[in-house]
Amino acid sequence: MDLKDIPEVKINTDWCKSCGICVAFCPRKVLEMGMFYAQVAHPEACSGCKMCENLCPDFAITVTLPVKTAEKVK
Amino acid sequence: MEKSNPNVYMMQGNTACAEGAIAAGCRFFAGYPITPSTEIAEVLAYRLPQVGGNFIQMEDEIAAMGAVIGASLGGVKAMTATSGPGFSLKQENIGFAAMAEIPVVVVDVQRGGPSTGLPTHVSQSDMMQARWGTHGDHGIIALCPSTVRETYDLTIRAFNLSEQFRTPVLLMTDEIIAHLNEKIELPEPSTIKIINRQKPTVPPEKYVPYAMTDTDIPPMANFGEGYRYHVTGLAHDETGFPTNDPAKIEEQLLRINRKIERYRDEIVEVEEFATEKMEVLVIAYGATARSAKKAVQLARENGRRAGLLKLKTIWPFPEKEIAQLAQKVSRIVVPELNLGQIAHEVEWATCRALPVVRVNRINGEPITPHEILQAIVG
Amino acid sequence: MDYLYYLRQSKMPHIWCDGCGHGIVLKSLLRVIDKLGWDKNDVAVVSGIGCSSRTPGYVDFNTLHTTHGRALAFATGLKIAKPQLHVIVVTGDGDAVAIGGNHFIHAARRNIDISVIIYNNYIYGMTGGQVSPTTPTMKKATTTPFGNPDAPFDISRLAAAAGAAYVARTTVYHYARMDLYIEQALTKKGFSVVEVLSPCPTSYGKLNKLGNGVDMLMYQKENTVSLEKAAQLTPEELENKIVVGVFVDKEQADYQEHYQKVVQKSHNV
Repeated sequence: MDLKDIPEVKINTDWCKSCGICVAFCPRKVLEMGMFYAQVAHPEACSGCKMCENLCPDFAITVTLPVKTAEKVK
Repeated sequence: MEKSNPNVYMMQGNTACAEGAIAAGCRFFAGYPITPSTEIAEVLAYRLPQVGGNFIQMEDEIAAMGAVIGASLGGVKAMTATSGPGFSLKQENIGFAAMAEIPVVVVDVQRGGPSTGLPTHVSQSDMMQARWGTHGDHGIIALCPSTVRETYDLTIRAFNLSEQFRTPVLLMTDEIIAHLNEKIELPEPSTIKIINRQKPTVPPEKYVPYAMTDTDIPPMANFGEGYRYHVTGLAHDETGFPTNDPAKIEEQLLRINRKIERYRDEIVEVEEFATEKMEVLVIAYGATARSAKKAVQLARENGRRAGLLKLKTIWPFPEKEIAQLAQKVSRIVVPELNLGQIAHEVEWATCRALPVVRVNRINGEPITPHEILQAIVG
Repeated sequence: MDYLYYLRQSKMPHIWCDGCGHGIVLKSLLRVIDKLGWDKNDVAVVSGIGCSSRTPGYVDFNTLHTTHGRALAFATGLKIAKPQLHVIVVTGDGDAVAIGGNHFIHAARRNIDISVIIYNNYIYGMTGGQVSPTTPTMKKATTTPFGNPDAPFDISRLAAAAGAAYVARTTVYHYARMDLYIEQALTKKGFSVVEVLSPCPTSYGKLNKLGNGVDMLMYQKENTVSLEKAAQLTPEELENKIVVGVFVDKEQADYQEHYQKVVQKSHNV
């Protein structure tokens, strides 16, 4: 699978407070808790549902959908 | 019947206050019924919708105070009116207006206290609450009318000062002046001087809402006019955002005190009566100033050289004016409807260099000219 | 959607604790404002005092952080003075229905065109976990160390009884529902209320052994029932359940519409 075709999950490590909500609720287990903040452990598993982004209380996760998916969503 | 002069009215103090507010450009009033201030609300409930303004009766005095601050921040000149118990309730939000530097006018028609006290009887016992009623240190402006016409004029002045200095201004009237019907001639609207808040001239990205300007009075942007900024009652820096930096906190707090104090000569207004060649000076304000004036007249008629200094501004305190006149006399008489709130300030202003005789009353009755005359005679 | 466009980024990260739900509510609010395409200059966010009331400091609108409980009083004056502003009040359970309870019911009665988002976390978080008017009976707070003897307010039913035009309740976990309700509230003419249950793991969760933010969100996920379903359940079955849904959604003349009639009549005298 081409990485361009999967959503990009970015963690803002300056704002993440390691509450673990994204890790617990991601339906595809894309994220794991690191020592100080959440980490994108399995980017290839991401379906782009944005549950992590929407549930992150700290504005610390951004999910960018690949162009194709983004167009489909539109 | 046709009036010979259309500007002459028989008017009560509370009505004059309401009409003065409209003349000053007040277009928002929020209030809560309380004797003896209620007529101000009643008149404005009638008049404001006629002139494109809004009247709202809120659920309590605290809400009324909050609403006028909100309206002023929205760019509309706003006023509330109350009496003792309501004035106590408004204090927290008066402090907010002082801290966030939002112009508003608060009328306190003084009645007997403490607590529910004497709702329908006169008092002047909120003078110190006007100065120190809120928590924390800030400058404050308080005006005090003693006639119906003065109520009209000082209401306009209260708006002008609040707009000029970005601060709450208190109009400390009393039950006698509020319910006194006097013949007054109102000025031609075109002759009334109106001051409006200084708005920012810089583009929004350059706007610093609490900037340390040369004047100590930073321009004020109204909400919804393109300047998005933050207003809080928390200690803040020049940007308006909360800070814990002691230097920034002190800088701002000193400025909101200094911005009143440095302009005190401009703000303080007193009136002298028969102060030439006098031995005894009477210092009075509000309803009591009327008895005091009569007492001074009677004293002069009886060969006693008395004079009157009427205070139209109470805060900042006219200590300079008092100190100057005190040099000419051997005794000062301060009649007031409390137990000496202003007499105490007079003692400070004169460094206790001469006797300050107090004439006090707190039972709801006014002080008569004869009682003041007795104090003058000694 | 670019949250950063609406945030005062230099003030971030925000002060809310890890696992606190307040940031989830704020994101929902920003998504809705973005969807509605409102100009930032036309939005005013007004708050009182408390954790939720720190919201205005982080968002790039006209923002007003007032005194405790009084946000609706200030907002009422602001809305009347500048009717074109979208005035949104963000407040907490203590701010809105304890110290500000009187203003809350009267703003609802008046049906003034203001939207209120209440972040209900059952506790006074800012001052360290004291009992609030929505703390359930016998739950612990620092001022009810042996359990809360008081009964809690149901904020949504209170708003409905007081006359609000729109009232809905949801949880932060159900964020899509939250987006929908907040959008309906923001576009409603008249007084609209969205009560959002937001976990406070630091105080309420800790004192009542409810776990961390994840655990408290999981509880919301598993114990929420809709108004429709709740109507079929017994009080016993409803115990410890969170009832969500739209309580009120009605069209009625708002304060300003009535005041326009007042203005017209005042000219006819």
